[in-house]
Amino acid sequence: MTAVVDLRGVSKSFGPHRVLDGVDLELAEGTVTVILGPSGSGKSTLLRTINHLEKVDRGQVRVNGTLIGYRQVGERLHELPEREVLRQRSRIGFVFQSFNLFPHLTVLDNVVEAPVSSQRRRRHEVEPEARALLERVGLGDKAAAYPRQLSGGQQQRVAIARALALQPDVILFDEPTSALDPELVGEVLAVIKELAREGATLVVVTHEIGFAREVADTVVFLGEGRVVEQGPPGQVIDHPRHERTRAFIDRVL
Amino acid sequence: MTTTSAVRPVATDQQPAAAPPPTTRPDHAPALTVVPRRNPWTWVGVAAVAVLVAMFVNGLATNPGWDWPTFARYFATETVIKALGTTIQLTVLGTVAGFVLGVVLAAMRLSPNAFLRSVAWAYIWAFRSIPLIVQLLFWFNIAYLYQSISFGLPFGPSFGSVATNDLFGALGAAVLGLALHQAAYAAEIIRGGILSVDEGQREAASALGIPRRRQFLRIVLPQAMRSILPNAANEVISLFKGTSIVSVLAIPELFYQVQVIYGRNSRVVPLLLVATVWYIILTTLLSVGQYYVERHFARGSSRTLPPTPLQRLRTRLAAFGTSTSRAAGTTTAGVAR
Repeated sequence: MTAVVDLRGVSKSFGPHRVLDGVDLELAEGTVTVILGPSGSGKSTLLRTINHLEKVDRGQVRVNGTLIGYRQVGERLHELPEREVLRQRSRIGFVFQSFNLFPHLTVLDNVVEAPVSSQRRRRHEVEPEARALLERVGLGDKAAAYPRQLSGGQQQRVAIARALALQPDVILFDEPTSALDPELVGEVLAVIKELAREGATLVVVTHEIGFAREVADTVVFLGEGRVVEQGPPGQVIDHPRHERTRAFIDRVL
Repeated sequence: MTTTSAVRPVATDQQPAAAPPPTTRPDHAPALTVVPRRNPWTWVGVAAVAVLVAMFVNGLATNPGWDWPTFARYFATETVIKALGTTIQLTVLGTVAGFVLGVVLAAMRLSPNAFLRSVAWAYIWAFRSIPLIVQLLFWFNIAYLYQSISFGLPFGPSFGSVATNDLFGALGAAVLGLALHQAAYAAEIIRGGILSVDEGQREAASALGIPRRRQFLRIVLPQAMRSILPNAANEVISLFKGTSIVSVLAIPELFYQVQVIYGRNSRVVPLLLVATVWYIILTTLLSVGQYYVERHFARGSSRTLPPTPLQRLRTRLAAFGTSTSRAAGTTTAGVAR
C-alpha cells in the first residue's frame, strides 16, 4: 500500500533558523496522525509544507505518489507554476487555527466556493452536497448565516465542511482548537473524531493530548525540526522513550 | 487627585457602617430611579449656536446682495445645464480612467518585482508632488514639447503620426490631467484597502486551490472595498469639485461658464451661488450613493445591518399609524422595535 502522504528529507530554514531538519514521514491511507511538539518545534511548518503553503529548501513531499509543488527534471526540482500548485491543493484539505472563513460570504457560499472555482463543478450540483456536509457537522440550519454570526466552534466546523467539500485525499488540521474557548473545543474534536471513524486520512497538529490518545493511530513527536519519536499513542504518550518527549508530555498533561 | 475622590464614595458604599443612616441594605433595596447627569453648559452652547444659525439663515433670506431672483433666473438655464454636463463628464472620465490606472499602479506597488514597485512608487511620488493646476497647464501645452505623436515600435519604425493638437483638445488635456492626478491617489487607496484584508484570507483561498484571479476578485477585493470605499468616495467628490480648476483651460464646465456669465452681467454673487448649489446637490447625490454602496459591501461584517434611513422612516410612520389608530402609548414602543 502506498502512503497517502510521504515526506522525504524535508528541510526548511527561515533565515539562519532551521525549522525543519530532514523530516521523513509516511502516512498510510485511512490513518490519523497527530503531530505533537513544543512551540517552535516546526509542527505547523511541517503541516504547511504538505500542501506547499510553505516551500521546502530540500527534500520531497508526495501526496498519493504525486510530487507536490515541484516537477522533477533529472536531478533537479523545478517549482511548478502557481496554477498547477493550486490544482494539487484542491485535493488536500486544510483547516486553520484561526478558521479563515470568508466573512463576506454566507456559510453555504464558503463551502460551495472552492468546488465551483477550483474544481470547476456546477453550483447546482455542489450545493446539495454542501448542505449535506453542513448537516454532517451539525450546522444544517446555518447555511444562510454569515461567519461572524457564529460561535468559534461553529465557525471551525464550517471550515471543516469547507475542506471536505473538495473531497480531499487527506485533511490537514493546524491546531484546530487552539483559538477556541474551552467549552467549544469538544464540538470540533467530535467532528474530527467522526471523520476518523469514517476512515478519512487526517493529520492533526494539536495540544490536545487526550484527543491524540483516543483518536490517533500514530503520534509523531517533533523537536527542533526533527522527528524525535513516532509510534502508537500508547507508546509515545504513555511510555515515551526519549527524555524530550517525556518532559513535554509531563508539562502538558 | 481626581481618582482618589472618585474612588471614595464607592469605598463608603462597601462599608455600610460608614454610611450615615443604615436604612437600606442592597439585597432588599427599593428600585431607585436613575437620573442621568445633566450638563447646563450644553444648553448654553445650544442656545449660542442656535442664535448664530438663525442669524445666518436670516441673512441668506433678507440680504439683497444674494440677489435670489437672478439666482433663480440662471439656475437652470441651458448654458448652465450644459456646463454641468461637461463637469459631470470630466468627473466620470477622470474617475474611471484614474481608478483603472490606480488599480494597475496598486498591483505594481504590491508586486514582488522591485523594478515594478519602484516605478509605481516614483509615479505616485511625482504626481502627488505636482499641483493639479500646474499639471493641467503642462498637458495643455504638451504640443510645445511634442509637436506630433507617432505610433510604432519603441525606438523602431513608426507606422504613422498625428499632430498632438489634433489628438488632445483642451478637453483631452483636462481629462488626462485629472485622470493621471487621480490615479496616484487611487493607487494608494486601493493598496491600503488590499493590505487591510487579513493575510489568512488569501492563504485560505490559496489552500483551497481557488484560482489566483478569483482569489483577488471574489475573496480579497470585496473585503478591501470596505476600507477603499469611504476614501474613494472622498476622492470622487474632491475630483468633482476639482474640475473647477479646469476652468484655467477655458473649458466650458460649470465654474468657467458661471464666470463667463458674471463677466457679462456683473452679478457675481448670485452666479457663484448657482455653481455652489449645483455642486452641493451633486455632492449630496454622491454621498447618498456612497451610503448604499458601502452598505452593500458591509455584508457579513456585523451581525445585522442597521436599517437604512428610508426603512427607519417607514418604521416610524408605521409606528405612528398604529399608535393613532389604536389607543396611543401602549403600541408605539412595541412597533418601533
